[in-house]
Amino acid sequence: MKEQRHERPDKNLRFFWTLFKSTFMISAFTIGGGFIIIPLLRAKYVDEYQWITDKDALDMVAIAQSMPGVVAVNSAVILGYRMAGIAGTLIALVATVLPPLITLTVISYCYDYFVQSHVIRLILRGMQCGATALIVNVGIDLLVKQIKKQLLLPLLIILTTFIGSAFFNFNVMLLVIIDGLIGLLVLRAAKYN
Amino acid sequence: MIYGLLFFEFCKIGIFCVGGGYASMPLIRASVVDTYHWLSMSEFVDIFTISQMTPGPIGINAATFAGTKIAGLGGAVCATAGFVTPSLFIGILLSKLVLKYGDIGPIRGVLNGLRPAVVALICSASIGFIFLALWNTETMPHDFSNFSAGCLGILILALIAVRKKKSVIQILLGSGVLGLILGLTGMITV
Repeated sequence: MKEQRHERPDKNLRFFWTLFKSTFMISAFTIGGGFIIIPLLRAKYVDEYQWITDKDALDMVAIAQSMPGVVAVNSAVILGYRMAGIAGTLIALVATVLPPLITLTVISYCYDYFVQSHVIRLILRGMQCGATALIVNVGIDLLVKQIKKQLLLPLLIILTTFIGSAFFNFNVMLLVIIDGLIGLLVLRAAKYN
Repeated sequence: MIYGLLFFEFCKIGIFCVGGGYASMPLIRASVVDTYHWLSMSEFVDIFTISQMTPGPIGINAATFAGTKIAGLGGAVCATAGFVTPSLFIGILLSKLVLKYGDIGPIRGVLNGLRPAVVALICSASIGFIFLALWNTETMPHDFSNFSAGCLGILILALIAVRKKKSVIQILLGSGVLGLILGLTGMITV
């Protein structure tokens, strides 16, 4: 995992193509919705292209989660803007909505076949297990990283938010807002960055 | 003009859809089924099913499919465009804010609080994913004996692959193929 901030890559055609291609693939492989976006973002932008750091990826998803709209679209907008301003945003946005547009237009012509097909159900079931591995892996990685920092307050936030979300089904938005407020009040010191 | 109305309606849904894709479902229903009678309830259930089954963000899947059913390809484009327009403006605004003021105290504090929150939410989501993968239920299973060993096998293989830094797309496609093979040999049921 890389911690240092990376240089912005040159904004040439090749860069925009890479941005388009990667956002398109991430959208196409968002399986099971929501947080599966994190392992995908991380694999592409943190590990492969090294455009952002783990911390940037978490910030992006935190903001994407706190604003209205779909997390995948929001994070594409934020990433696009961060990498290449308005042009980057538009490219990332179009690349995110294209895969569903293509898939669903095709599926709408063979809806009955698609929902009843045993083969498709089995493939999707397998992909669900693969997606589980991805998200479990990223969850463990990020948790270990936070524990290694040995800071009490962030760990308390993790523990209480986890309990609230996993055991009491509290509204995710509400939890995020509360944690943001706690951060505003007590986590301003540089050591928490 | 159906296209303009679709754009406007889904724009509204995009603004009030707070908390990710699933949150858009009741809003889409209220608009396309209850208010405008564009679709019947059973067609809406189709939308819900297909959005979850199809790869891609659930909210976008739902907007696209609803648009297709209401007014064909043009409808899909308008509904989706409307749905993402609020994200576009709010996202740019927030990005500007963070890029400009991200290093000053208060905003840094908020981000420092949000980051651990997201880690916790990922862990919590992981548990839901595990239930879904192994017991085919999104909440705590009532009957733990209903466990799928074939799915556990795929999960473990995928975990090994991800630790070996294989590409995520290869892992997902490989898992799909394994699901098909194990399913056809009767080791996984759906």
